[in-house]
Amino acid sequence: MLLDVGSLAVMGVTLGAMLGTAAKLLAVPVNPIEEELQALLPGSQCGQCGFVGCSQYAAALAKGGTPITLCAPGGKGTIEALAKRLGVSADTDGHEEKGPEVAFINEDLCIGCLRCIGECGSDAIVGAPKQLHTVISDACHACGKCFKICPTEAIVMKPIAPTIAGWHWSKPGDTHATH
Amino acid sequence: MSIVVDRSGPFTHGSNNVSRTMFTVLAALTPATLFNLYLFGWPAIFLFVVTMAACLASEFIAIRVGGGDPNRALGDGSVLITGWLLALSLPPWAPWWVAVVASVFAVFLAKHAFGGLGQNVFNPAMVGRVVVLVSFPVQMTAFVPAKPLFSAGAPGFAESLHITFGRGVSLDGISAASQLGYIKTELSRGVPVTQSMAHLPDLSDMMLGFHPGSMGETALPLILLGGLFLMARKIITWHVPVAMLGTLFVLGTVFNTLDPARHASGWFHLISGASFLGAFFIATDYVTSPVSKQGQLAFGIGIGLLTWIIRTYAGYPEGVAFAVLLMNALTPILDQHFRPRVFGRTRKGEPLPLKGDK
Amino acid sequence: MKLFPIMGGIHPEYRKELTSEKAIVALPLPEALYLPLQQHMGAPAGTTVEPGDLVKKGQLLARASGAISAAVHAPTSGRIEAITEITAPHPSGLPTLTIILVPDGKDEWAELPDAIADPFAVTPQVIRDRVAQSGIVGMGGATFPSAVKLGLGTSHKLEILLLNGAECEPYLTCDDRIMREHADAVVDGARIMAHALGAPKVIIAVETNKPQAIEALGKAAAAFDNVSVAPVPVQYPMGAERHLTQAITGRETPARKLTADVGVVVHNVATARAVHDAVRQGRPLLSRVVTVSGGAVAEPKNVEVLLGTKVTELLKFCGGAQGAKRFVSGGPMMGQPLPSLDVPVVKGTSGILGLTLAETKEAEPSPCIRCGSCVTYCPCGLVPVEMASFIRHEKLEEAAKIGVQDCVSCGSCSYICPSHIPLVHYFNYAKGRIAALDRERRKMEQTKALVEAHNARLERQAQAKREAAAKAKAAKEAAEAAAQAQSSTQGGASA
Repeated sequence: MLLDVGSLAVMGVTLGAMLGTAAKLLAVPVNPIEEELQALLPGSQCGQCGFVGCSQYAAALAKGGTPITLCAPGGKGTIEALAKRLGVSADTDGHEEKGPEVAFINEDLCIGCLRCIGECGSDAIVGAPKQLHTVISDACHACGKCFKICPTEAIVMKPIAPTIAGWHWSKPGDTHATH
Repeated sequence: MSIVVDRSGPFTHGSNNVSRTMFTVLAALTPATLFNLYLFGWPAIFLFVVTMAACLASEFIAIRVGGGDPNRALGDGSVLITGWLLALSLPPWAPWWVAVVASVFAVFLAKHAFGGLGQNVFNPAMVGRVVVLVSFPVQMTAFVPAKPLFSAGAPGFAESLHITFGRGVSLDGISAASQLGYIKTELSRGVPVTQSMAHLPDLSDMMLGFHPGSMGETALPLILLGGLFLMARKIITWHVPVAMLGTLFVLGTVFNTLDPARHASGWFHLISGASFLGAFFIATDYVTSPVSKQGQLAFGIGIGLLTWIIRTYAGYPEGVAFAVLLMNALTPILDQHFRPRVFGRTRKGEPLPLKGDK
Repeated sequence: MKLFPIMGGIHPEYRKELTSEKAIVALPLPEALYLPLQQHMGAPAGTTVEPGDLVKKGQLLARASGAISAAVHAPTSGRIEAITEITAPHPSGLPTLTIILVPDGKDEWAELPDAIADPFAVTPQVIRDRVAQSGIVGMGGATFPSAVKLGLGTSHKLEILLLNGAECEPYLTCDDRIMREHADAVVDGARIMAHALGAPKVIIAVETNKPQAIEALGKAAAAFDNVSVAPVPVQYPMGAERHLTQAITGRETPARKLTADVGVVVHNVATARAVHDAVRQGRPLLSRVVTVSGGAVAEPKNVEVLLGTKVTELLKFCGGAQGAKRFVSGGPMMGQPLPSLDVPVVKGTSGILGLTLAETKEAEPSPCIRCGSCVTYCPCGLVPVEMASFIRHEKLEEAAKIGVQDCVSCGSCSYICPSHIPLVHYFNYAKGRIAALDRERRKMEQTKALVEAHNARLERQAQAKREAAAKAKAAKEAAEAAAQAQSSTQGGASA
């Protein structure tokens, strides 16, 4: 009996020590996941997540404790990609998704000040000084920076209307249709 | 007028459903069961009733605990099959508590611990049988010769109550070994199979069921009839039964030819023990067998092989239950490995090459 | 003719007897016609008329825009009331841009293109142009622009034009009636199409439950050596393009390829009739035959309906529908549920079914008992039970790996499932979701590229500014130095 307990104890201590040493010796100093996570984010530095830019959000994600649902322009696809990379469940239930949006310039209010053009990270707004500006909706990723800076509130974020081409069946049992 | 569109097609459906499937299986089992109940008399009838009741009660409790609707779950009839097969796999004169223990393990441990209908890995009835077989080997191997109802020597109603529900009942005086058990014991005493065979009833008697054994091990023609009925109703296909019985027969025949003193014949393997019941009703259990035909063939071959090995080399005379459980464990792997070939693709899943390509 | 077996498949309750003996009847002119600009696969057509315009029967209302698209014509003469969004005949119930035409009752024809007197003397291109001009799409329900499909002859070496008259969907008899009543037009259209495709042989495949159609076609085809009629066994989904090709030729179309890659092009019999009309008479596609059937419909019929007719009108013509559990456009196996009855009949509407609960046999799903029926009956060799369980757990990649994209949504698995599990619904969801995720990924990549280009440009501009500043500074310094050097003289070089 004593022998059994003793041998088990010795084994436990030895293996524990080995594991501990291995963890110390083989520790990876920088978090390599950070770069991968950053690659999954849109990279437009819109700051809607509450961090300064995408790299800061990636760093926070890598550290853990930050929700993966903060990236609004990335949408569900990004959340799922992050969830997969981080090995957590993509629980989007608690996260209220706005649905896809696009910036829209109200022609009556636009004064052609160029500020939104300077702010847009994906060159989705075209226009010249004192001329009406327009959003190229294909290039817009709804970061909302133009919306925030517009001095005349001429820019609104409009939800993209669901189309038949973009529609698909929702999962059986889900009551609301997915667009 | 606006209509709620909540489901995609198809907007028509075949008339089959789960409970119809389950009750067809029960119907297929009925002739053999009735014959067996007649053959083994009142104690068998009591045991059958006790097993069914215990399984039903266990199912009811398990579903209540799990928060389900017991009426709906009982309505599908799956637990009746479990109870029925379990009853058939017990020695007909076994005491009531053996049946109850087996039922509880079958329903709670094998079925509901895994998540209920459709989720279990192991065949519940076989788990129940194996649990009591390893726990109560004496009671589980106390077989009696057939004593048909109302025949001379058959126990009366009151006596039968005592056999099933009494305490400390000993069947020593009348018990007999099953054929498989008998030749195994003789073999261990040094009596070659060729000699011990001579003491067994001849094959035709065995086929009709006039020999000691579990209830389901007798009345082969009726079990075969039930199996063919299930095939005709397209509930089961030939793959598992043919693969299992074929393997068993081939192995038996080959080794019997090589060494008749050590090995029983292929025919003997086919008609003794639970070969038929296992092949048509137990190994074909939907939940615990592979879904693809190729997988089912492999599954059947595996059961035949393991049954023969256990019967020939292991400590237990009968191996169908163990073989089924072992192959159940392999079912997920078989499912993964034996997928049908996808239309337009090779077995590996690559698109078929076009003529002219390479 | 020697046939080849196809795997899997089911034998649903066909119920074709409801309408199979009902000759095609024409629907009286409705009060208004609603013509969606998108009645086909591909890009919506672009309007060529304005509200208020008066149009004649057969006049072009919207032309094909882009490589894959189809024109829309006026089914009768009248006035364009509006071009606006109305509910589409699509399960989403979303709106679609639609031309509303109010008939004037005169049914006056516009000037039509000339009939092609000898279609076999003109080049395939001429035929294809005429088919494109006539707005013809695959009328079996796929609605792929026929002219594009007839162009496969230019890229593939074709041997057989397989004319699909299998009509394996339960209830539907519109193709059956067309084959019986217009056998000559069908055979002629098929020969014209074969000419356009450059396919030497025409085989018309018809399921054996339509003996009259087989007989009529046999008579019509007797005069032509290269046209034959092949009776095929009654087995759903025999009419699926790849399966029919396999049954007739024994050739299995590889995944992600077309039947044209094995030398076969499949067209529907109703399409052949439309091609005949377009080529021989110059008539564009203005109407189609629709089977109106189902237990809820008072008088099931085969109706020749002008495109754009509302389903409500059609049902009224058939005595109305009482006690329907589901309204379906197309057959009960692969048809789409209608979001409303206030939607128009379009080019792909092969049937309008009002099905009672006794017919749909809907039931709440119960747990899967792993019976494997779905595996046995899947005509594509898939394992529906496994795919559905992956999809239930949102493991779409795994589901894709075992072939959810190879599923043709034929519905055999859902039909046969004893637990009533909506397997096809799971697969439709997965296919749609995978496509949506793909779109999102592409959008994201595009955004990233734009952002990178933007940043690179800013960097370049900054760099240019720095360089300019440095240059300016250098120039200024040089100028100052020069000014100092020439301080004695007047009118120093001003940079």
